[in-house]
Amino acid sequence: MTDQTEFTAALLDPSMALPAGLLDPKGLPTPKRFAVYRNNVAVSLTDALEAAFPVIYKLVGPDFFRAMAGIYLRQHPPKTPMMMFYGQDMPAFLQQFEPAQKIGYLPDIAQLELAIRQSYHAADSSAIAPDVLQNMPPDQLMTARLSLAPSMQMVTSPWPIHAIWQVNMSSGAPKPQMQAEEVLITRPEYDPQVALLPPGAATFITALRTKSFGEAFSDAAELTPDFDLTITLGALLAGGAITNIIET
Amino acid sequence: MLDTSPCFDALPAKPGVGYKPQHFSDIMKDPGPVCWLEIHAENYMGDGGRPIAQLKHLAQRFPISVHGVGLSIGGEAQLDPDHLARLKHLIDWLNPASFSEHLAWSTHDTHFLNDLLPVPYNETSLARVADHIKHVQDFLGRQMLLENPSNYLAFEASTMAEVDFLAQIVARTECGLLLDVNNVFVSATNQHTDPVSYINSFPVEYVGEIHLGGHDEDKDDHGAPLLIDSHGCEVVDPVWALYAHTISRTGPVPTLIEWDTDVPEWPILAAEADRADAALAALVQ
Repeated sequence: MTDQTEFTAALLDPSMALPAGLLDPKGLPTPKRFAVYRNNVAVSLTDALEAAFPVIYKLVGPDFFRAMAGIYLRQHPPKTPMMMFYGQDMPAFLQQFEPAQKIGYLPDIAQLELAIRQSYHAADSSAIAPDVLQNMPPDQLMTARLSLAPSMQMVTSPWPIHAIWQVNMSSGAPKPQMQAEEVLITRPEYDPQVALLPPGAATFITALRTKSFGEAFSDAAELTPDFDLTITLGALLAGGAITNIIET
Repeated sequence: MLDTSPCFDALPAKPGVGYKPQHFSDIMKDPGPVCWLEIHAENYMGDGGRPIAQLKHLAQRFPISVHGVGLSIGGEAQLDPDHLARLKHLIDWLNPASFSEHLAWSTHDTHFLNDLLPVPYNETSLARVADHIKHVQDFLGRQMLLENPSNYLAFEASTMAEVDFLAQIVARTECGLLLDVNNVFVSATNQHTDPVSYINSFPVEYVGEIHLGGHDEDKDDHGAPLLIDSHGCEVVDPVWALYAHTISRTGPVPTLIEWDTDVPEWPILAAEADRADAALAALVQ
């Protein structure tokens, strides 16, 4: 075992003995001095998780969140120094985390908060003008392929995650009703926008990544007979999420 | 996208501040005494969005210092090639006036610990740190500055003083040094040594930048003062005095005010930069 292996293990596990060979100026062992490092690690990672998951924080409260973060950060220390992406394992962690089992929608809210962060830091792109799509002859549109912005994200859930997210982010939002929800995240400029999609839209948008416009529409209409294409395209265009139309 | 062609070859021997996004419009309106900005490299490793756009705007107007907190130069393992590549990408498009990192480690066995962890000072660590710095400088194609750490404890395994270790690093790698005067004060208090003697024996001719920041006060297990480098408050008077002594040795050096936690309103940060400005101006007279 190397010195830094021992140091790392003791940093993350406060019940472990201090690494050997660490001294204060009088040559005495020095638990409180080592605790400065333990505390820096735990506090800075807890703060990073608080910044990443503001709605989870609100839903469970400060005490629960900090206790949960203390367990998470030891099971899942960051894998890179880019702290803005820390917390990728939170949805899976919450699925398993016994004290959170009563709140079934927490993992999907965590997924939504991660998607918002991904969108915020995603590459810039320019959107097509809405009339390009509107002016296209229908038969050409049906065989065309759409390119989507790197900042566009989607999260689907059996829970009303959009309503839960909204009620925790802005006052006066309507009370969540029990229903499955599909959420679209777009970034028209620099601020991610979170919008509720109509049923079937997630199938359509997912299919757009690999199929023609017409095929994607068929996929969505098959699963959701009243799939609303107009609202779905309106949401994509409003968010600047369509970056190119490739005619085939 | 704006053109970010290189405008600034070096940091001016004037005050700078650690850039915080909440100060963007204040800085663009009236930077006051602040002549350059420092960013943490890792916060600008995303693909796009507001952070990168703001940085491009700032780089049009201010010399930028890129300060890494995640390379783990003091680590036992090889440097992470993915992280080095991300850093090179940032350095290549931004072409900053300066790049600096810490004499510390933060990554072990794929775990990033988000803290600057201590290194013993001996021949083994000297060879390792020097190899890592040479690797970084070769890979980035530029000189880097290495920052002295805040120490909370000492290693039985150390065989040389920190100042001698840093001088040896400079001799072996031709890197420059970033002298954090608050860290000198924190370490000297915690180790019961004299901060002025440290400054007097520091190889000042290699100092390319000075850091000043606030610290917290605590006590160790035996009731002795234990200072913690928190960057969460004003620079204290004894550190300003040590700074005045330091620049009397170094001459005018680019001087950064660091304030990373409980970040204040812009006027409070600008007032700290004013104080550094006054100290630098007094030196020139």
